[in-house]
Amino acid sequence: MTTELTPRIVIFRVLGYAVLTIVALTMVVPFVWMISTSLKTPGSEFSYPPQILPTEFNLQAYDTLFTEVPFGRYFLNTLFVTSATVAGQLLICSMAAYGFARLNFVGRDLIFLLYLATMMIPFQITLIPTYLIIVGLGWVNQYTGLIIPGISSAFGIFLLRQAFLNVPRDYQDAARIDGASEWVVFTRVFLPLNGPALATLGVFTFMGTWTDLLWPLLVARREEMRTLELGLAYFNARPNAFIQPNWPLLMAGAVVVMLPVLIIYFFAQRYFIQGIALSGVKG
Amino acid sequence: MSQSEAIPIAPAYPPRSSGNPFRRAWRRFWSRSNEKAGYLFILPSLIHIIAFLFIPLVFSFFLSFRDWDRPGFQDAPYIGLENYEFMREDSRFWDAMRNSAYYTLLSVPLGMAISLAIALVMNQKLRGVYLFRTLFFMPVISSWVAVSVVWITLLDPNAGILNYLLGLVGIEPINWLGNRNTAMPAIVIISIWKGAGFQMVIWLAGLQAIPKEFYEAASIDGANRWQAFWRITLPLLAPTTFFLAITGVIGSFQVFSPVYVITEGGPRGATDVAVYHIYRRAFEEFDFGYAAAQAWVLFAVIFALTAAQLWYMRRRRDEVIL
Repeated sequence: MTTELTPRIVIFRVLGYAVLTIVALTMVVPFVWMISTSLKTPGSEFSYPPQILPTEFNLQAYDTLFTEVPFGRYFLNTLFVTSATVAGQLLICSMAAYGFARLNFVGRDLIFLLYLATMMIPFQITLIPTYLIIVGLGWVNQYTGLIIPGISSAFGIFLLRQAFLNVPRDYQDAARIDGASEWVVFTRVFLPLNGPALATLGVFTFMGTWTDLLWPLLVARREEMRTLELGLAYFNARPNAFIQPNWPLLMAGAVVVMLPVLIIYFFAQRYFIQGIALSGVKG
Repeated sequence: MSQSEAIPIAPAYPPRSSGNPFRRAWRRFWSRSNEKAGYLFILPSLIHIIAFLFIPLVFSFFLSFRDWDRPGFQDAPYIGLENYEFMREDSRFWDAMRNSAYYTLLSVPLGMAISLAIALVMNQKLRGVYLFRTLFFMPVISSWVAVSVVWITLLDPNAGILNYLLGLVGIEPINWLGNRNTAMPAIVIISIWKGAGFQMVIWLAGLQAIPKEFYEAASIDGANRWQAFWRITLPLLAPTTFFLAITGVIGSFQVFSPVYVITEGGPRGATDVAVYHIYRRAFEEFDFGYAAAQAWVLFAVIFALTAAQLWYMRRRRDEVIL
């Protein structure tokens, strides 16, 4: 279908691009501002009118961030906690999804229904008792306390089960006739066939864990256990209003938190958008 | 002489087990489920869901009837409904609920309208739409703390970009985060900025599901774009609208991070929203029992609002659509 370019249509298109460009600038300028401020010299970050791009590039803030502030430690903590959580989610959720999608056992549908029902429980109800359980287990200031509560989710099981249901029954039967055990059918047939669904869950979990604030805030009380997100939040909280914050340093911290997420986002955008759209999570 | 004695009927098969009938029925039921490996496959997730969802859920309920005021397990006295009775008179809690309602009332309709407008433009088959989508979605995937830190500087009364832009059109500088009247709208602006990309993607999916024939038929009947929007697009988007409204209200009543990072509930309680208030009660004042009771009341409010919206949606669907 070719559309004739009447003046009316041209005007609509020009207006459309104008609107989209303004929105795009609104969305992107804060990120540009974040990077550019991180490169400015302390004291020169606020000029009037505001300068979007720095006049000189100064990497001092990044140097300070990793030498005088333990951001390197925060980074490693975040990397470890996030990797372990993603690995746990992928393993535990895919195993459960295979069970619910493809194995017949007594009570299966009832148990699955219970899993689905838990998706309606809001986090603020379980937050306090889960914290008290973590205290009781002695997991405060431990990696276990940061990781274990997040290594499985009803959402992940639901998402993977839907994908596994689409694998033709014949594949499973054929593997069984060849003498494969259930574990082999699961790891050799179902996992390789469901790369996109696993990637969606992996990326979604990565993003949620990497940028989580509330749970690390409760569990990581000691400084050496902090994640990037938590470290930056503490860093931002000033002891009193008279101390002028070091904005280039804060912005450098924000860049370090954001960079891995943005890099993975640009390469695996499809999975990000899918995961978020499916979960109905807003910001 | 009765017949039954005369012709004894031999059973076709000898009984397999001599146990009681219940046991036999159970055995038959159990063996029909031939794939017991399934239990092993779901076992890790089952342990996890019991430990971190079912137990906390029950625990939270009992907690709300106790005076539990230190972290850790302890002998917390049962105090009946005292937490709930105290809450009735607790104006700080109801102020926080009112702040949450205010935040929701501003952010949900505004966010939905703005993102719908963007989605409508995106749906015009312009080239480069994917690039725009990539950019619009960036705030959605971002960390709340990082973008909050950036927005604190963008909203700075003297050197912030927002006041600079407003100055260009002759508006006096606004002390966004320092003023009780503008602090909450500032949080709303940031939330909409962060959430619009997500809502836009959902709207776009809804728009693309509307058959093109409807618009062709309408234009043959002489309807203009404006009429087509109100008579075709909006009614057919109803499921998307309800989805975004329902998830938006739920999410808005649970907002925490921007308040924690940017305003800490201030100035003078103007942005002290419900979850932040509960967080402070529990983890700064260590009043776990009372905070758990507050969490249940918040949940009841969210649940009632969701139920009301679902009820309204069902009624509307019966009345209006096709």
